[in-house]
Amino acid sequence: MNNVPSELRYTKSHEWVARNDDGSFTIGITDHAQHLLGDLVFVEAPDVGTDFSAGDDCAVVESVKAASDVYCPLDGEVTEANETLADTPELINNDAFGDGWIFKLQAKDAGAFDELMDADTYAEMIAED
Amino acid sequence: MPQRTPLYDEHVALNARLVDFGGWDMPINYGSQIEEHRYVRRAAGMFDVSHMTVVDLRGEQVADYLRKLLANNVSRLKTVGKALYSCMLNHDGGVIDDLIVYYMNDEWYRMVVNASTREKDLQWMRQQASGYAVEIIEREELAMIAVQGPEARDKVHGVLGVEAVVALQDMAVFFMREWQDMAVARTGYTGEDGYEIILPAEQAAGFWKKLVAAGVHPCGLGARDTLRLEAGMNLYGSDMDETTSPLISGLGWTIAWEPLERDFIGRQAIQAQRDAGLKQKLVGLVLEGKGVLRNHQKVIVDGLEAGEVTSGSFSPSLNHAIAFARVPADIGARCKVDIRGRQIDARVVKPPFVRNGKSCIE
Repeated sequence: MNNVPSELRYTKSHEWVARNDDGSFTIGITDHAQHLLGDLVFVEAPDVGTDFSAGDDCAVVESVKAASDVYCPLDGEVTEANETLADTPELINNDAFGDGWIFKLQAKDAGAFDELMDADTYAEMIAED
Repeated sequence: MPQRTPLYDEHVALNARLVDFGGWDMPINYGSQIEEHRYVRRAAGMFDVSHMTVVDLRGEQVADYLRKLLANNVSRLKTVGKALYSCMLNHDGGVIDDLIVYYMNDEWYRMVVNASTREKDLQWMRQQASGYAVEIIEREELAMIAVQGPEARDKVHGVLGVEAVVALQDMAVFFMREWQDMAVARTGYTGEDGYEIILPAEQAAGFWKKLVAAGVHPCGLGARDTLRLEAGMNLYGSDMDETTSPLISGLGWTIAWEPLERDFIGRQAIQAQRDAGLKQKLVGLVLEGKGVLRNHQKVIVDGLEAGEVTSGSFSPSLNHAIAFARVPADIGARCKVDIRGRQIDARVVKPPFVRNGKSCIE
């Protein structure tokens, strides 16, 4: 039932990570996460140029109900933020793995991507929720 | 194990997201809270509010008892079926609960109180009843459905049929009428027209299904909260409780000070507060910057912490954040709110924010 694309990697805190052809990574929150949060009404994306370590809180997504931190899955520098989310945060509800992406990152160690959870493991994790 | 209302199976069948609400398994939404909110503002939505507590008060001295128990005065109810909103205060003037009381006849009043306060309310009411010829009867066998929105009454009339239309259509706002096994009240918690319908538990699921078939959209407690906030209606436990008087909770209008000799519980305490001058009040806030107002965020005036948000959320009708906040009585037209370490500009307004589908702000 859950939508978990196989080409992506995942975190326990429900972020997804895509490896792009140019070597950067795109990050968002999963469809499962948006479903738990409900209608999103505000997204605070990270500033371009900021350095984060894996596990840092780097963005905030707010639903009608509550605010939730988004954690950076990899060490690296923010190269782009999805500015359309400022006016249309519902893109995350409608297309969490596509138009609802939150930011792009140049990772310090691209190999760390392979250490993240694969789709099967994440699907198993959320099935237990 | 949380309690279930007679409509629990309907919620499950409609894929509701259920949460524990004051010991009850209740739907928070059926998919999209914002969509549900908009159905109520534009058409018709319905809420299962069977978790709320219906109490019948009967006896020769019931009116005398209620004149003592409640800060508002049931003597204002001169027509059968008329409703009154009131606080029930403790001796210190704190709010034990807010409620609606309906005048059914001279020896029968019906009260609807909050679910989360049920036990303490009943205990307090029984304690205060000593010396009065009054019987306090909880009606646990009754369910309650609120149908709200500009099309709500038409939809209910359609489901109930021609006889009901004849019996109900000329009923004024804030009245209740009994019709067959139901008690139909033109009241609500959304700022829209509509009915709150009390009916036998075993009829609830059938009636609910007919309303769904008629196009009434099921709505969860999430939408109920944003609707009541926009409508400028307080939530017990957030905007007032036993430690706050109605005078600093935006509820001064519900206190019947006249006649002076009516000695209702809490009168002396709130009279003393009023005489001493009130230092705080409850106001509305409209956030001007980006973000969402949340309960317990700090209100900043002249760089100093001066108050607190008591109910904050995103307003689906206005498309930005709104709140109630308890602030200094002399606050000006603007303030700031600390949202996760950032001070964001807000405007101070007088609620309601939205009534009958229209913005009341500017």
